[in-house]
Formats: sequence, structure tokens, C-alpha cells
Amino acid sequence: MNFDPRFSGRKFASVGTRPIRPDGVDKVTGRARYGADFNMAGQLVGRVLRSPHAHAIIRKIDTSKAEKLNGVKAVITAADLPDLTDGDAGMYDILDNCMARTKALYDGHAVAAVAAVDARTARQALKLIEVDYEVLPHVTDVDEAMKHTAPVLNDAVFTEGLEQKPVKPSNVAKRTQYGHGDVHQGFAQADFLVERSFKTEQTHQGYIEPHACVASVSSDGTADLWVCTQGHFVYRQHCAQLLGLEASKLRVTSSEIGGGFGGKTHVWAEPVALALSRKAGRPVKLVMTRDEVFRASGPTSATSIDVKIGARKDGTITAAEATLRYTSGPYAGMWAELGAMTAFACYKLDNVKTVGFEVLVNRPKTAAYRAPSAPMAAFAVESAVDELAKEIGIDPVDFRIRNAAQEGTRASYGPVYGPIGIGPTLEAAKHHPHMKAPLQVNQGRGMACGFWFNFGGQTCTDLNIGMDGTVSLAVGTVDVGGSRASLSLVAAEELGIDYSHVKAIVADTSSLGYNDMTDGSRGTFSSSMATISAARNAIKILRDRAAQMWDIPVDDVVWENGQALARGEKYGNLSPLSLKEIAAQSGKTGGPIAGHSELVADGAGVSFATHICDIEVDPETGATRVLRYTVIQDAGKAVHPTYVEGQYQGGAAQGIGWALNEEYIYGKDGRLQNAGFLDYRIPVCSDLPMIDTQILEIPNPNHPYGVRGVGETSIVPPLAAIANAVSNAAGVRMTHIPMSPPRILAAIDAERG
Amino acid sequence: MRYIRPLSIEDAVGQLAGAAGPAAILAGGSDLLVRMKGGFIEPDLIVDIKAIEGLSEIRETAEGFSIGAAVSCAVLGESAALKKAWPGVVEAAKLIGSKQVQGRCTIVGNLCNASPAADSVPALVAAGAKAVVVGPSGKRTIAVEAVPTGPGRTSLTKGEIIEAILLDKRAPRSGDAYLRFIPRTEMDIAVVSAGVNLTIDEQGVVKAARIALGAAAPTVLLVEEAAEALIGRKLDEAALERLAKVCSGACRPIDDKRGTIEFRRKVAGVLARRAATTAYKRAGGK
Repeated sequence: MNFDPRFSGRKFASVGTRPIRPDGVDKVTGRARYGADFNMAGQLVGRVLRSPHAHAIIRKIDTSKAEKLNGVKAVITAADLPDLTDGDAGMYDILDNCMARTKALYDGHAVAAVAAVDARTARQALKLIEVDYEVLPHVTDVDEAMKHTAPVLNDAVFTEGLEQKPVKPSNVAKRTQYGHGDVHQGFAQADFLVERSFKTEQTHQGYIEPHACVASVSSDGTADLWVCTQGHFVYRQHCAQLLGLEASKLRVTSSEIGGGFGGKTHVWAEPVALALSRKAGRPVKLVMTRDEVFRASGPTSATSIDVKIGARKDGTITAAEATLRYTSGPYAGMWAELGAMTAFACYKLDNVKTVGFEVLVNRPKTAAYRAPSAPMAAFAVESAVDELAKEIGIDPVDFRIRNAAQEGTRASYGPVYGPIGIGPTLEAAKHHPHMKAPLQVNQGRGMACGFWFNFGGQTCTDLNIGMDGTVSLAVGTVDVGGSRASLSLVAAEELGIDYSHVKAIVADTSSLGYNDMTDGSRGTFSSSMATISAARNAIKILRDRAAQMWDIPVDDVVWENGQALARGEKYGNLSPLSLKEIAAQSGKTGGPIAGHSELVADGAGVSFATHICDIEVDPETGATRVLRYTVIQDAGKAVHPTYVEGQYQGGAAQGIGWALNEEYIYGKDGRLQNAGFLDYRIPVCSDLPMIDTQILEIPNPNHPYGVRGVGETSIVPPLAAIANAVSNAAGVRMTHIPMSPPRILAAIDAERG
Repeated sequence: MRYIRPLSIEDAVGQLAGAAGPAAILAGGSDLLVRMKGGFIEPDLIVDIKAIEGLSEIRETAEGFSIGAAVSCAVLGESAALKKAWPGVVEAAKLIGSKQVQGRCTIVGNLCNASPAADSVPALVAAGAKAVVVGPSGKRTIAVEAVPTGPGRTSLTKGEIIEAILLDKRAPRSGDAYLRFIPRTEMDIAVVSAGVNLTIDEQGVVKAARIALGAAAPTVLLVEEAAEALIGRKLDEAALERLAKVCSGACRPIDDKRGTIEFRRKVAGVLARRAATTAYKRAGGK
């Protein structure tokens, strides 16, 4: 029987409740093991030497002095990671990013690494490595990098996506375009036009746990890797390919994760640690410092975006256009493309056009960050939408409701929407008490909408029923946001047993089939689908065993409320058999009872949110204070509502930091000036109000319970919502994120002359 | 690396003076340990001064207060007498780092770290505080503003330790206040700051004033012209405007990751005006 993923509208017993989290006690007592908590006998300390230059040719690396230092067991450079990528350009970029091959492309780019008996020796060894650099001119700003006069990072890059292949290389790796209709015609019908340019600075995911791993390569070609990651199966594939190992012989175990937000979907230190271990013949532990995390891992794109939107007097948008330029670090990416796809996804538009440019700069390789690329596009678009509403004289919520996409709307990025939540979140915002909260002098209110696709993908799950009737669930999607609790609820729901009798773990790569990583808000969506499927497969076996125990045909056994029932009057005297009773007899009825599932989870429902916030601005200093913040988002079905609320609040908190203070600051020398949490200012607790949440449930028709991903959309509206609130409070349109106090004060002073 | 914990100031001075390699004084360690961990310094000798008699005490004397070099900012904040006499100094000390850091850090450490952005220093300078310096050639008392000579540099010579900070007994109708600007609400470094200390007469006319600015120049600035703008006047709008203008003009700030020149100039004036208003109220002015 094939698995039917369609929404069934069933009533729930476990799903939708709020039991305590299964990982809570370990996390608060320190028993939980994070990336740096694994240790092996004889393990060495790995450290990485990084380029101090933003752009430089590596003429020569002399490691001889470091190799002679007592206690040093291995020194590696790019020569120890030969190119095995076989023409795969994406993998080659990953390899080059892990260890610079011919050029250092950003401040912090790895150029060599050592493994030594202790940290002190490793640090000393790094000082003994001599790198002969030829420093080149660099460029870090997105608009500067697009100029013809900019230093070109890679002579082999000719802009893709143009009608004619350019004759000269440039820093623009790719042009993409989305949309439909005719924007020129649309703008001609408009009574009002808003046209503005926006900039956003580069931010880091800011996970509290730095990248950490322990690698152990045996001389027989097998290897183990313990690592903090969002996707150990993907890490296995990448590492195996880069190191020339067979995937089945590299066993990767994921640790607990102290935050990822997309930043732990890419390998950096892991291939280096494996190469060091292979050379040293001993396990190697490699933990990044915070400085390295900022300089070499993670960040999102810096952007420059132009938006033009036109509307008629009645408030109907006639055309919308955006040009989006996103930095991707020194390697090509698809970040501007994601911005171009998401920019106008909230709206029903007859004429829409978006163009994205992927821009290479001397900054770390851009990595995914929670709904990657969508927040910046939403900032530009939702700022312009707000301004347009003001010009027309319509309430900004009503203006958005009038133009909101609906079921059947053709999205600006192509597909036609099924049932969606943008309209309902806007209606909920309109009637939310937050909208009526009084505002004082220097205070302003802003709101904005956001969209994210959500992904599904390859998923594999095992459900094993113990002889005591308890259930262990092995999943392959790393738990970054409470999926073990949610998946336990789903297993309990499907089997009809209590949540406390289910224990979920994240299995290693040798224990389960391949799983895509936990990104795209897919963890609970896809693994719950696989868990439902696995549980239904187990139920088939449970029914079969009950039939054996009763000696009746299996077709006459049904599964209800955690027990087998004999169907039909003729079995009237048979009492139901509970899961526990069947499990206890399993040794005599055919052996262990388990359900397995492997599937591609299609049909991840798109996700929409509307945020409202109130900000106070000190007009004399530009200081801001977030007074109130409300998140309204469609969850499809909230499996564990507390976790869903946590995702809403977490995305908003990160968005607030991004909007107000977080940014990569580069000096004229191309070096990062603020590679630490002191001067890279994420919000502290006292910076935030209690973030209010409202969960809407518009079922996803492609999931048995109606679940949609919820993890990412919450970071999409904040930049725009806060920019609209600050603009209203300060009386001047803010167009540059972050709106740090010096930027706000300068804008106020410029406005007032 | 050698760690010692001497019991007398003389022993500590002797050990520091006799050290062959780089030596460091450890009180709370909230700067020292961070710099060691970051690999910025590798001292051969660490002299922990917390066991030295008297250094962990706040003494109230006929002349005022003597705050030992090992008194943590958290302990400072629990002294009711000090809070009453010098609320501006205490509020500045209580802004350093986080609650946890305040349990370790000291105002002498804050002074000797010689950051232009140190929170307690503008308040101490405004308060006219003095530092008692003990060294191989004896004891001397100097103005707090004479200690830092530039970012990370002090006027202390080899073997010298600041034993205590002295604050005068309070004249009647006096008040002080300290304000700093940070983009967050806590756990941050001042982008710019101002300490104001005022004494007024019965009519509310300012008799004495000291105004100091932080993060506005390579060292804390004592702005005498700002004091002149207030002395002999009530703290009316005109006086406050003049104060703000003088303070903005006195700044010699830089553009850096924490703020721009224009921002620091403008906000220095704003903070001086606001701190003066608070200090005036604390002095009993209306």
C-alpha cells in the first residue's frame, strides 16, 4: 500500500499539545553533547591558519619550520586536499573555500592547518608557517564590485544568464529574471508611483555554538566524524567526495546543535579535520574560535535593491519591478535569484518583473541564513508598499489586503498557489489588539508581510517497537528546532499511544538511509510525513500479529486508539489487544516489530506571515527601543505549539538584531573589524520586549496533518516592519539596514536640514 | 608563566619591579584574562593583589572615601554611603560589562586598562578622584586623569601599583551623574559618554562643576570650558545649550566600528546636557 500524504482533516489526541521537551533536562544540566563535547583517546588539536588579506595570490607556503616543532603531528595545505571534484564547479568552490588553492579570496580564508598535541603547540606552529602573499586590490561593497573598474576576483567568471556571453570576465556571476505581464504597460496605468533604492549590510547567523568536530581516519580507509551540523548525510557526501572516501565507510554522527539557522549546512572545518587526521594517523578535534566563525563561516548577503511599484487611486497595484544585487562572497551563488523569486510573492500582480545579480566580493562565502535572501527583498518591497499606501492615502494593512495573493493566484515566481495564509494573516493583523495600542511622541508603528517557499525532500525514518511496548524513533533530520518532540507527538498520534512512550533520536549516517539536511523549514514537515508512513507500516505488522494471536484473518483486524480490534459481530467475545500486549508476544509471533519509511516529501506548503511592531526613536541620539512586537503566521498545523511560537519569536528576535544593529564592518584594508559578539551586536534579552505570537492554521493539502514548515518565514518581515516603524517614528524614510543609531541620527539631521 | 598572590603591597611592588619579563597585575581579571585568552599578551608573571590587606575594602575617612584596588564594582554598588555621596561614580561602575563581570571587575582595573571608552573613568574624573600609587620609590597621589596617557597606555612605571582610589567628602548641595551611549541596553562598550559633577548654592546657582567625556578622544577629556559654561548660572535651557555645544566642540573623536565622528560629537553634547540635568537634581536644584 502506497503512502497517501493528502490532508485528511482528522481529530488529534497528541498533535497540538505541549508536552515538555525531551532534550530539556540534558541541555539545562550540561549533559547534552555538543560538537566540542566529543573526545577520543589520543586526539590532537587542529588549528587553521587564515589569510589576513582580503585578496592575495599565494606564491608559496613554507611549512618546514612548523613541521619540525616538537608536538606537531601534521601540517596541511591545499596540496593535501587534491582536487577530486571532477568538473563539479560547486564542489570545487567548497574545496577552495575549505583551503585556498591559489588565491586567498577574503580576510579569514584558510591557507594551512596543523594538528598538534595541544592547543599551545598548535598555535605556535601556525606562527611558524611562512606564507608568501602577493596582495591584490580587493572589493567588498556590492555596488563597487559591479563597476567596470572593480578588481575582478575570478577571470573565469563571465556573467551567465545574458542573451550574449560577455567578452570580459566580471564579478557578476549570473543574472536571473522572474515575472509575468508587462511592467511598462502596468506603470502607465498607475496614478501613483514609488521608486526607491535600498541597501542592507551583511549579517551572520550568530549561532552561539561555534563549528566543532572530531575526525578520525583509519589507515584502512574507514573514518568517523562527530560534528555539529544541520545535515550529517550531506556532510558525509561532501567530505567523502572531497577526501576520496567511500560514503559508506565514512560514518558521520551529528551532535546536539547550538544554533545553525542555515549556517551549518555547509562544510568548512570538517574536510580539513579529516585531512589532518589522515595525515597524522590520529583523531583530530577542530573547534573554530568566535573570530574564525565570523571571518570564515556563515554570513548572508549584503544587498543593494531598487524597487518600483505603481498603483491606481483605488489602491490596486498595476505593476511592480525590482532589481536585486546580492553578494555571494568569492564564489557564485543563487542568493539574488532567491531574492528575485520571493520579493513580490505576497501579492497578486498582473505585471511583475524582478531581476537578480549574483555579485562576487572579497567576503566569506555566503551561506544560507533562515529564509535566505527573502528578508532583504521583503525590506525593500514592503518599505515601498508602505510608502505607496501613504501616498495614496490608504491604510497600509487595507492596501496589502486589497493586493494580497490568494488561492489560484499566479505567484510572481511562477507557480499557482493552493490554499495560502497571506490574506488571513493580514485580516488577523487588522483586528489584533496591538493595532489599537496607544503610541506616544517619538513612537511609530510599522507592519510588513513575508513569504517563504518551504522545502520537502528526501527523508528516511525507522520506528522500532520494544518488547515493553515503548517506541524508539530514529530520524535522519537533525533537530534544530524541536523536531524530536514534534515527531514523537506524531508517532504517538498515529499509533494511538502516549507521548511519554516514544523516544526519538537522530541516527548517524550508517544507521539510516540518506536524509536531506534540516533546511528550508523541512525538518518537521518531511520527517513527520516519514514518521506517519513508518508508523502506518508498523501498524500493518501489529495487525498481522494480532491476527495471529487471535487466529483470524488480518483483514478483520483494525487499529484504533492504540489497540487492535477484531472487526465484525462474530468476534464479539475478543477483547482488544493493546500495542503493549502485542509487543510482549512479538518474539513468538514473528520477531521484532518495526516500521520503516523512505520517501521524497513533496508539497511543502508555502508560508506567509504578517508582523506588527512599535518602535520608539530618541531623536537626539538615534537610539531605538522596540516597544511591542507581534508575529502572525500560518503553521498549517502546529504539531507542538510551544515550539512553533518559539520559532516565530526566534525569527523575529534575529530580524530585530539585523534591522537595528547587526552588520559586518570592513576596514579600508578589506579586513573585518568586528569579528566578535562585543561589536557585532546581536540583541541581548533586555533589548527585546516579549514577542507576541498568533498561530493560524490553514492546512497544507499535501500533508496528512496539514503541516507546513514554520522555521524560516518569521525572519522575513522584521527588517521591513521595523524600518516602517522607525520611519514613522522618526519622520524620515529609512533605506539602509541596519538602522544603527548613527544612521538614524544622520537621516533625521539630513531631513531637518 | 608564574602566578603569585602576595600578602603585602611592598611584596607585590618588589615582585613586579624585579620581574625580568612581561608582568601583569591581576585583580578581577575581566580585562587581563580575556586578553590572555585572545593571545594578545603572554605575561611571564601574574601578581594577584586580592590577598593584600586592605585592598578589598571601602574605607570612609574624615576626608572622604578610599576604595581599595581589589574592590569589585558589585561590592562598590552595595555601599550605601558611597551611593549616597557619589551616585554618578557608582552608576558608572555598575555599567561595566554584565552582572557577572561586575562581580569581578574593579574601577582601578578599568582605569589601568586605559581604554578611552572606560565607563567608570569619566565619572571618576568628573568627581575629582585621586589615585594612590605605590611603587619602588614610595607612595604618591595623583589625579585620576593623569593615569591614562593613550589607548592602552598609562603613566605608571615599572613596579607601580594603584593601591586605592580617593573620593572627597561631599560638599552640601552636590550631585554627580554619568551617562553613556550604547546601541544596546547593556553589555556593551560606550560609543561616547559624559560624567558631570556639580555643586550649587542655595539659590540653585552652580558654584563648582567638572565635566568629563569618554570615547571622545584618545583619553578621557576633562572639559574645563564646559564647567565654565555652567559656573555662576542656574541650569537653565541657555546654560544647557551652551554646555552641549562646548562639549561637542571639545571632542576629538574618530570614525570606527562603534560610531562616526559626527555622531560622537553630537551625542557627547546630548549626554552632557542630560547628565548635568540629573546631577543638578541630585544636588537639590530645581
